[in-house]
Order: sequence, then structure tokens, then C-alpha cells
Amino acid sequence: MKQQAAVIGVGQTRHRARRADVSIAGLCREAVDRAIADAGVGLADIDAVVVGKAPDLFEGVMMPELYLADALGATGKPLLRVHTAGSVGGATALVAASLVQAGVHRRVLAVAFEKQSESNAMWALSITPPFSMPVLAGAGGYFAPHIRAYIRRSGAPEHIGAMVAVKDRRNGSLNPYAHLQQPDITLESVRSSPMLWDPVRYDETCPSSDGACAVVLGDQAAAAAAEAAGRPVAWIRATSMRTEPTMFAGKDHVNPRAGADAAAALWRQAGITDPAGEIDAAEIYVPFSWFEPMWLENLGFAAPGEGWRLTAAGETEIGGSLPVNPSGGVLSSNPIGASGLLRFAEAALQVMGKAGAHQVAGARTALGHAYGGGSQYFSMWVVSSTPG
Amino acid sequence: MTYVTQPLRAPLDIGFDYTRSLGPTLSQFMTALAGRRILGSRGADGTVHAPPFEYDPVTFAPPAELVEVGPEGIVTSWTWMAQPLEGQPLPHPFAWALIRLDGAGTAMLHAVDAGSAAAMRTGLRVRPRWAASTTGSIRDIACFVPCAPGEPGQHAPQEHAPQPVTMMTSPVLLHYEHTASPGESSYLRGLAAGRLLGQRCPACGKVYFPSRGVCPADGVPATDEVELPHTGTVTTFCVVNVPFPGQRVTPPYVAGAILLDGADITFQHLILGCPASEVRMGMRVRAVWKPRAEWGTTAENIDHFRPSGEPDAPYDSYARHL
Amino acid sequence: MTDVAVVGFAQAPCVRRSDSTTSGVEMLVPIFAEVLASTGLAKGDIGFWCSGSSDYLAGRAFSFVQAVDAIGAFPPIMESHVEMDGAWALYEAWVKIRTGDADVALAYGFGKSSAGDLRRVLALQLDPYLLAPLWPDSVSIAALQARLGIDAGLWSEKEMAEVAARSRAAAVSNPRAQVSGEISAEELGTRPYIAEPLRAHDCAPVGDGAAVVILASAERAPGLCARPAWITGFEHRIDSGSLGARDLTTAPSAVAAGRAAGAGAVDVAELHAPFTHQEILLREALGLAGSVRVNPSGGALCGNPMFAAGLARIGEAARQIMTGRAGRALGHATGGPALQQNLVCVLEAR
Repeated sequence: MKQQAAVIGVGQTRHRARRADVSIAGLCREAVDRAIADAGVGLADIDAVVVGKAPDLFEGVMMPELYLADALGATGKPLLRVHTAGSVGGATALVAASLVQAGVHRRVLAVAFEKQSESNAMWALSITPPFSMPVLAGAGGYFAPHIRAYIRRSGAPEHIGAMVAVKDRRNGSLNPYAHLQQPDITLESVRSSPMLWDPVRYDETCPSSDGACAVVLGDQAAAAAAEAAGRPVAWIRATSMRTEPTMFAGKDHVNPRAGADAAAALWRQAGITDPAGEIDAAEIYVPFSWFEPMWLENLGFAAPGEGWRLTAAGETEIGGSLPVNPSGGVLSSNPIGASGLLRFAEAALQVMGKAGAHQVAGARTALGHAYGGGSQYFSMWVVSSTPG
Repeated sequence: MTYVTQPLRAPLDIGFDYTRSLGPTLSQFMTALAGRRILGSRGADGTVHAPPFEYDPVTFAPPAELVEVGPEGIVTSWTWMAQPLEGQPLPHPFAWALIRLDGAGTAMLHAVDAGSAAAMRTGLRVRPRWAASTTGSIRDIACFVPCAPGEPGQHAPQEHAPQPVTMMTSPVLLHYEHTASPGESSYLRGLAAGRLLGQRCPACGKVYFPSRGVCPADGVPATDEVELPHTGTVTTFCVVNVPFPGQRVTPPYVAGAILLDGADITFQHLILGCPASEVRMGMRVRAVWKPRAEWGTTAENIDHFRPSGEPDAPYDSYARHL
Repeated sequence: MTDVAVVGFAQAPCVRRSDSTTSGVEMLVPIFAEVLASTGLAKGDIGFWCSGSSDYLAGRAFSFVQAVDAIGAFPPIMESHVEMDGAWALYEAWVKIRTGDADVALAYGFGKSSAGDLRRVLALQLDPYLLAPLWPDSVSIAALQARLGIDAGLWSEKEMAEVAARSRAAAVSNPRAQVSGEISAEELGTRPYIAEPLRAHDCAPVGDGAAVVILASAERAPGLCARPAWITGFEHRIDSGSLGARDLTTAPSAVAAGRAAGAGAVDVAELHAPFTHQEILLREALGLAGSVRVNPSGGALCGNPMFAAGLARIGEAARQIMTGRAGRALGHATGGPALQQNLVCVLEAR
């Protein structure tokens, strides 16, 4: 049987376009030190380490976890390196959780990072192999046509994307770790920002960040000990992951079945029958603003074609019925490999009551979500302030 | 019909100059190298590590202090590099060696310019040969060289205090051979002949263009070739307004998802021949080929797609391909 | 927690240069079919898939993404990927079954080592500030390790040649091997050095390949395999990345993993030793008695597709049990420079 597992510590870096003050190891360690301090443990108390990051070509280091073993406190311990494209941060949390749930380890450290300033992600992602068409549209060009398809399918008004951008950036200004700090952003300023990949404007796209996130997971005894010491924990109620191919005949790019299947399995496992009513805060992987309404539908928070209505009504703001990305989300910080783990960690912070100025009042149950590749890798978890 | 063809292959070079920020420990070490001095870090057990660790392998703590070591040391192991590879420290045969610098308890990996393998031995005493100009990089040590017998230990003349080094550049250039899948190779050879060849999955019957070799929905090889017409429908698109490296058309222009007639999957290509603002979902388009003399095994043989002038396809005819 | 057993194994031929793409699809499709047929399973029966591969081996980002085409992953699957040898994908699959989330899981690894210059590619595994800028190649690093052991009296060039000769002879009966043949250690010892003290026979050949292993829970395994290989210990550890600070004549991570997994009393061991001296080092680190049969498949010295060869060692160890040739077997995998990371899987018949 599956053992109980909980988040007992969370740490993250101050995410910036360029963290020129640290090495790759120093960046990771900043998050790790904060996570173990938050958990009230030392590196010696960690049984195993799980590392996640996006393509090695971003930093030009093949399997950097090998060189990072000492920095992560992993030397002499089991270390796993996960890579599932953009969803990797989420997958990293889920692999770490499964090590506890399987009864293999008591305390596991999950670390995810990206130091995008070492290179240029646009370069790494646009290497054109021989015989291939050169990249026609650039980074946002892959997703913009699917957003257009969503707008056509749902009939959503044109300003919804800008509304999401305003909300997430304002939320980000409440989060001291967030890369972009834009408290004064307005609907008008977003709508007057350059149209990059029509229908996607500049202010509706994620930044490129250096950053890391670390989470300490513990078993029932470790979590109970933390609670007894007055440290809140986030109990993992359900986990889910699904994959489908990048391209195939019949793929629904707007509402991918892998995401919908993963969500259905997640809610079933958590015993949640009304996600919109039972989830108090959702950290959803939204790299382009329009993915908020798309994923609200894919996750089952709204019927197909209806997700934008939640955004339009302000329900996804802090204070709304379903706050989405109170941390500011990927639109405010995007250290690619860490972005998924940040979603999972921020969900945990909400139910631990430790989200500071972006805390959703009374949050008891929260969703962490990540996706990657061509909308094909999905990972998610539900965490709660109480077990089971 | 089953085609058995050799896959197409071509070279693929991956090159980038990575910019690495050093952080406090490595910054001190690199700054010292720029001044032709070598620093080590003292571990919790008293061992001096040279080069220094950022985090102690035993306690995982950052170093309390950096101390000067060497510059001479002894070889603790070596091997002979008879044919140096691209990027290595010396263009002529040399030894790789683990070198324990005086005052250090750990070894540094570097090159020794020994002339011949016969001149190398474990226990050999060596000293650094500094690069003509130093920048704050491990390559400021051009290599090590054997100390002449009886040669007094020598320190390089101390340079004036160097500026703190906080960044380094690390060029990475690798060479690969790219191989196209058998299905893709057939498709590419078709393009070179002005033909659009797809493949039908024997399991689900769907037609893939470009051919992928294996049906991603069923995992079975798709070997039945299907020739497709040069017309199709724009299912969705984006207007590209942003310039980026390698772009071949001046913005604004349209990158569209095109569903060729008879295909079950879209592919991306340029939509030109009308103002970007006139491109619509459902618009009918036709391939415009480059002059035959410019054709190769690439989809770039098709210069772009242009409006065919036919009435738009109804939404329902392509809605399931979005 | 449920017991878990290996119930199926298949491996693509190890070849110098495959026609496959770097996404491995063409190597994987036939071995998926083979391993599913051997167990009577359909793709839909697999509750969890996990793969191991490397972007730098392929020379492009997200190279593993297209590999799921070989699965035919629709309807969507529960799947994950490690940027490590497939042996660690198998470990993740083993964990997944123990959580109860799946009762049958499939792990695969693939690598097209021939696509790039492997010696240079692997230099990028080294410290990016202090070592990688010098481009020390993987064979030279192994040679530094080999000489340390020779100087310490732990092994000799003659013993290394004997490992090569024994491995090549064993591989004669392995149709998937890239290198095989009867040749004496004496003759091998007369050949020139390629990186003193290493000769060509001391180094695994560069080649392409893929491997797949299926795991099943206690409930499912007996119905899928007449003689399942039950996993009694599955452990892995990593050593410091500081090459010059490690004692390269041993591998503490292998010692610790072996001890925790119960490596001692086995009939046969498949060791992932890409260099001859590393086999000798690993036998010592894992405490294997002289009577233990080592690498009846020929081992990595006769076929070393990167990111698949470690998984193949566990598959070969399991095969010894599934075919009744051993009662207790050990599979080992390694990753990183000079045996930095090590994994041990101990299997037994019941």
C-alpha cells in the first residue's frame, strides 16, 4: 500500500534574468539551503536526492547532477536525474514523492533548476537538424496557432489573455522571489505591448530566468514530527502524470487528452468530485497567458469552451472562487527546469499557510500542475493541510 | 508497397559559447590564475583541495578559506594522448596527468607537455607553463612541464594585482551525424523530385505527411506510401511580427498549419501571396515551388503556400485537426 | 510493499553504426514487439513506462520526446524519463510498482553513440569550470584510473587482458554482441596502447543499441513468466564529482550500493564495466567471490550502447534466472566518469 508523504520544506532562489553572482552549484544550493532550513533538517538527514532540469544544452553541461553531487549533498546517497521537457519540475516532485510513498526513503530532496543566462534557450531550441525546415516562427510560434484555435473554438473575447497577464504580474509583485516585478501593469499597457506572434502580445509571454527550487518530502513520521514542532506541512493527497506523442492524427492541441486523463485520475485519487469547488488555490503552468483558460478546461475546472468565463469574472484572482497562480506563475518567473517544481512548491506553500503576501486566505487544498513538450507531458499533484 | 531505402545522413554541428558566472569560490580561484597563482580550499578534515571545491565532498559546506598551493607538484597518474582531440590543451602529443600540487592533498587533472611517453612516470615533478596572456580560466595554465633535475623551484613573476574575474566563457563545439528515419528519407527524396509523399498507418489508416516512419498513435511502422496533392487548407496560424536569428522572411508574415488534401495531420509552412491580415482559418492554399534547379532533399523546395482562390473550407471539415 | 520481478527482457543488436535516428524509434519498435510477445502482454497492459537516454548523445534538445512514437502512446500513458542509463529508469519503475500505482511496468534505454564523437561528448560530464574546458576525453580518464590501480598493485595489464579475452569468448554465444571471438590474453597483450596503459581490448567498443525490461508485481509476475527473476535488493549511490579528490582505485558508491542490495552470495554477475580494469575494481567493490560467473553475455566490453548497456546488464542477469541457469544473480550499471555512479540489482529464483 502507498505510504503517506508530505512536503515538509520549501526553498527557492530569487529568480532573475541573470544571476551573475552565483555558479550553477551556488544557484542550486541557495534553494536547497532554504528548503532544508524550512524543513528544520540538515543535509545529513536527507536519504536521497532527485534532480530535474530541462535540456542539458541550455547550460552546456551533460548530466550536470554528476558534477553537482557535493553541492546537492548527494555524495554517498542515491541520486536520480529526471528530464521530461517543460513538465520536468513537476515530474521531479512526483518521482521524489513516489520514493516516500513506496516506503523506500523517509526524507527526499527534490531540486530543479535552470540557469538560462549561461546560453540562450532560443538558440538551443531552434537548432535545425539537416533536412528540416528552418524555424519559421520562433519560440511563441509553436503555441500561438493553438491559442488562435482555442479562441475560435470557445468564442472567448480578445482581452482575456491580457487579463491573465495583468493578474499574474500583479500577483508576482506580491512574491519577493518572482523575476518580473510589475505592480503597475494594466490591461491597457498589456494591450499596447507589441504583438509578437499574433494573437500573442509581448506582455503575455513568460520571461527567461535563472532560478532554482527545492522541496523536502517526508514520510508520515517525518511530517508528524514537523507538525509537532509547529512546522506546517502539505500532505500529498494525489499525484498524476500522463504522456502522449507530440504529433499524431487526431491530436487535440487545445484540449490534449493526456492532460484531461491526468486530471481525471488526479481528482479520482484525491476523492474530489467538484474541482472548482474543492480546490482553494491552483498553481498552473501558464507560459502564455491564454493557457490559463485552456488549462482550466483541460483540468476540468470548467466545461470545454467555458474556461475564459472564470477569468473574465475575476474568479481566478486572489480573492476569487478559484485563485490561479497567486505566486505570479510562469508569466512572472521562468527558470524552465524549475518552473514545474515551483508550481508544486507554491501549491504546498498555500496549504502550509506560508505564501506571505500572495497567500490565499484559508487555503486548505491546492493543485500544482506542469506540462511540457508539445502539450504532451503532464504532471500534477493535490496537496492539503490535513492528511488523506 | 514497401520501400526499403538507405536513410539520408548529413553532418550536424552544435556550437555555442557558454557564459558562466563563477560565484565566490571559483571567482577567487580564477582571479588568482589570472595572476599566475593557484589556490586550493581547505576541507573540514584539513585536506587542501586543489583545484578548490565549491562544496566540501564530506560536509557539503563551502570552503572556509582558500590557500595558495604549488605551483609545482607531482604526477600521481598519467596517460599518453598520442592524437590530441579538438579543444584539448596541446596540438601535439602530450600526457594527461593527475597532479598533486605542493601543499595539496588532492589532484588536479591537466596536460603535461613531456615530449614523449617515455619521459612520463608516476612521481614525476612538474610545474605549470602559463599561457602568454591570462584571462581567469583553467586554460591560463597552458599545460604543465617536467621540472629539470636539480632545477630550483620557481614561481612565476607575480603580475600586478589582477581585476576580479567573475565570468568565464566556455566554447562548446560538437560534431554529429544526423540520420533521417526511413520514412522521412522517402519523404525527402520525394520532395527532391517535386512530389509530396506521405505514409498511411496500417493500423489506423491515417495518412501522415511528412512521413514519420512509425505511426505515433499505434507504434507500428507505416510503410504504405501515399502521394498527396499540392493543395490544402490552413487550419490555424500565427502572424509573426517579431524578428529572431535565422529568420528568412521580413515580418509581418504568416506561419500556418496546413492540412494537405488527403492528409490526417497538419504541418507548418509559410503563407504568402496575400497580406497577413487576410489569412484566415479555413483558407485554401496551394504550394509554390522554388525553381527546380534549387531543389534538394528538403521541404524548403516549397518556397511557400499561397491562396488558391477556392472558397474557404467549412470549419467542421478541419475542426478535428486543431 | 509488493515484491517485484523481472518478467521480460529484449535487446537490440549492438552495432557500430545503426541506421536508426537518434530518437531510437527504429531500434525500439522491434524490441518492444519482442518483449511484449514473450510475456503475452499488450501495450495497454503496461501501467507505467520509463526511459533513459541523453540529449548530448543525440546532439539535440528533447531527443527522448520522439521515442514515445515507438510506443504508440495514444490513449495517453503513464510515463517518465531519466537523463541516465535505462537501469535507473528500471529503478523508477520498480518504485512505481511498490507504490501500487502500477502492477506491470516497462523500462527502456537507448543510445546512438555513433552519432557524435563519444570521447569528446563525454568530456561535457566533467566539472564545467575546472575540467570540461580542457576537453579531457573519457578514454583518457579511464586510463588515469587504470594506472592508479596498476601502481597500487590492485590489477595488472595481464589481468586486464584476461578480462577482455574471457569476455570476448563468452560473447560468441551472444547474438546481440558487437565484439566477440576466441583470442588469447597473451596475444591481446602484444597489441599497441591507445591510451597507455589501455589497449583497444581494454575499452568497450563505441556502438548503438537499445534494451527493454518488463517488471511485474507479485500478483502478476507468475502469470507472465514461468520463472520470474525476483528483485531482492535494488540500490544505487553516487560519488563526488571531484575527480581529483576521489580515490579512483575503488568506488565507494558501488561498495555502498552492493552492501545495501545484498550483493554477496550470487551465482552470476553482469557488471557494467566499460573498461577491463573496472570489472576487476567492481568485483572487489561488490565483494564477489572468485567462483561467481561474471558477464556470461560478454558484458559492456562486447557491446556498450550508451544509456542502454546498464539496463541490458540487469536484463542479462535476469535472463540467467528466467532460463534456469542461475538461482541468484546480480546486475550492475554505472554512469558518469570513472564509475562515479553505481547501481546494483540483486535477483533470485523462487
